[in-house]
Amino acid sequence: MSLASAPPVRARAVLPGFRLTFGTTLLYLTVIVLIPIIALVIEGAGIGPARLWDIVSAPRTRAALRITITAAAVATVINAVYGLLMAWVLVRYRFPGRGLLDALMDIPFALPTAVAGLSLTALYSANGWFGAVLAPMGIQVVYTLGGIILAMSFTSIPFVVRAVQPVLEKLDPALEEAASSLGASGWTTFRRVIFPAIMPAWLGGVTTSFARSLGEFGAVVFIAGNLPFKTEIASLLAYIRLEEYDYEGAAAVALVLMVLALVLLFLSNLVQIRAARYGAVTA
Amino acid sequence: MTIQISQLHKSFGQTEVLRGIDLTVADGELVALLGPSGSGKTTLLKIIAGLDWPDAGRLDVDGQDWLRLAAQDRRIGFVFQNYALFPHMTVRDNIAFGLTVRPRAERPGRAQIARKVDELLGFLQIEALGGRYPAQLSGGQRQRVALGRALAIEPTVLLLDEPFGALDAAVRRDLRRWLRGVHDATGTTTIFVTHDQEEAFELADRVVVMDHGRIQQIGDAATIHDAPATPFVADFMGATVALPVTVRGGSVAAPGVDASRVVAPGLPDGPARLFVRPEDLVPVPDPAGPWTVASISNTGSQLRLVLADASGAEVPADLRRRHPAAQGLSPGARVHLRPEAASVFPV
Ligand SMILES: Nc1ncnc2c1ncn2[C@@H]1O[C@H](COP(=O)(O)OP(=O)(O)OP(=O)(O)O)[C@@H](O)[C@H]1O
Ligand SMILES: [Mg+2]
Repeated sequence: MSLASAPPVRARAVLPGFRLTFGTTLLYLTVIVLIPIIALVIEGAGIGPARLWDIVSAPRTRAALRITITAAAVATVINAVYGLLMAWVLVRYRFPGRGLLDALMDIPFALPTAVAGLSLTALYSANGWFGAVLAPMGIQVVYTLGGIILAMSFTSIPFVVRAVQPVLEKLDPALEEAASSLGASGWTTFRRVIFPAIMPAWLGGVTTSFARSLGEFGAVVFIAGNLPFKTEIASLLAYIRLEEYDYEGAAAVALVLMVLALVLLFLSNLVQIRAARYGAVTA
Repeated sequence: MTIQISQLHKSFGQTEVLRGIDLTVADGELVALLGPSGSGKTTLLKIIAGLDWPDAGRLDVDGQDWLRLAAQDRRIGFVFQNYALFPHMTVRDNIAFGLTVRPRAERPGRAQIARKVDELLGFLQIEALGGRYPAQLSGGQRQRVALGRALAIEPTVLLLDEPFGALDAAVRRDLRRWLRGVHDATGTTTIFVTHDQEEAFELADRVVVMDHGRIQQIGDAATIHDAPATPFVADFMGATVALPVTVRGGSVAAPGVDASRVVAPGLPDGPARLFVRPEDLVPVPDPAGPWTVASISNTGSQLRLVLADASGAEVPADLRRRHPAAQGLSPGARVHLRPEAASVFPV
């Protein structure tokens, strides 16, 4: 009996071998994700803790970080509420133009962020469509914190919508029927049955939205005006430092942003793992 | 609670799903809805629960018009086909749900709810499972939890949609007996859906047979089994052999069929169809008979025969192996057919 005709001991997978796919994935991950992060950390560590603290606690850096975090937080709260609502409307109601609205939801992802920034600036500047209406009311968006929030919110809202949408779609309608036959009102059903089911996905979307807002650059720089201490965001400051050949300054700011984003993603994963404990949420 | 349903109609788009349902369920009765897939059982149950609304008709419970009552005000215990347990809640929280969502004024205290849940866990024989999540339960255990959740609100009416559909035969039989016990202990008016005849007849006081949105027959096991009201019921109850016959003066005749044991009182003269179960169809050796034994297979205690006539039509017949008629039957033998019991409907 020849070896070649012996049946394989292990069941064969459909895709090409594990080693090839895993190797490719690992290589890709290393080059695209891991090495830049490691470089950033080493660069940051090379500065030394004292120097790092000096850079981060410098008034201009502090101001930039404060502005970035504040704007990202507000934008995320808006996205958390509005994105959930948006997903709800897209999943639960059938109305003319729903398909179009659904497609529009991807525009912030597809649009180059610079284009987004330019169009937002055009819309909200004193003689733009919206700006012209808001200006007489004394509301200025362009070159203010409001503008930054707007740009961040615009570019990151799909994260929330697209995270919640599929989970909501797959939610077993019998769960809601069960709740209402047990006497729960619509609001109680949402609070105690629907929301807990979509919460992990929603939280994941919200966290990603926040992380993205922290780092948003293209859309923000056009509308922000970039005044140091007023409307200068952290990633712009890092860029400016780089332009000034101040690699340490750039790395320090970038490191802070990265640590913030990683901590957030870690927390959100923790919540999602806890939620996964009770298994499948959908039908 | 007495449920009175009259002339209920329901369509989804072009499809008529319920076509005039009339049904009265007495207080404390246990009724089974039996019918093939798509016959409208779930739809009827959902309308009673207030989870769906009819296009026309009435639904009165103890004289009250329930079509004016929202689902959450009907106090119905609904057990879903897939259980629909809340996945992020423990078994205890699932069972307590209906009590905890009551308006503050009617809500029992924490301790009282806990006591009620304990009581139900004991009653359902799942004391040890209180802290588990639904994903950590077997099908039969989920079934019990779903029933416990429905019973916790002390429902006016209990509705169960194929409560044992997804369980294996042994567990089904256990739970069936146990559900009957639950019903006898609580006395709650109960309607349950099934497409298992044995289950329907064993468990229910009365069985409602549905097809294509219509009630075909209401009755107990013997009535429905022996005197099916429509050809559909006859076929559904296993009388799957249909033979063309002629009725004259209340007696039935067909070439090659000895219908002497079949009575068709009050049937109009003319062409008709005779429905008979394969096990009630006896092939009698007869050299002049128009049927030929095409094949015989032996299942141990039974012989399954396939009989064919000159036109190629085939009918099955099941015979006890020791039945006197079984002697002398071999492939190629000529026979005539003698239905021992059958129902006849005009064409
Ligand atoms: N929401 C709906 N929209 C459109 N058609 C529906 C809807 N719900 C049910 N139907 C249709 O109504 C008919 C009856 O459905 P129903 O669920 O009441 O059947 P059933 O007797 O419970 O069947 P089964 O034994 O398979 O559960 C089916 O033809 C089904 O396709
Ligand atoms: Mg059904």
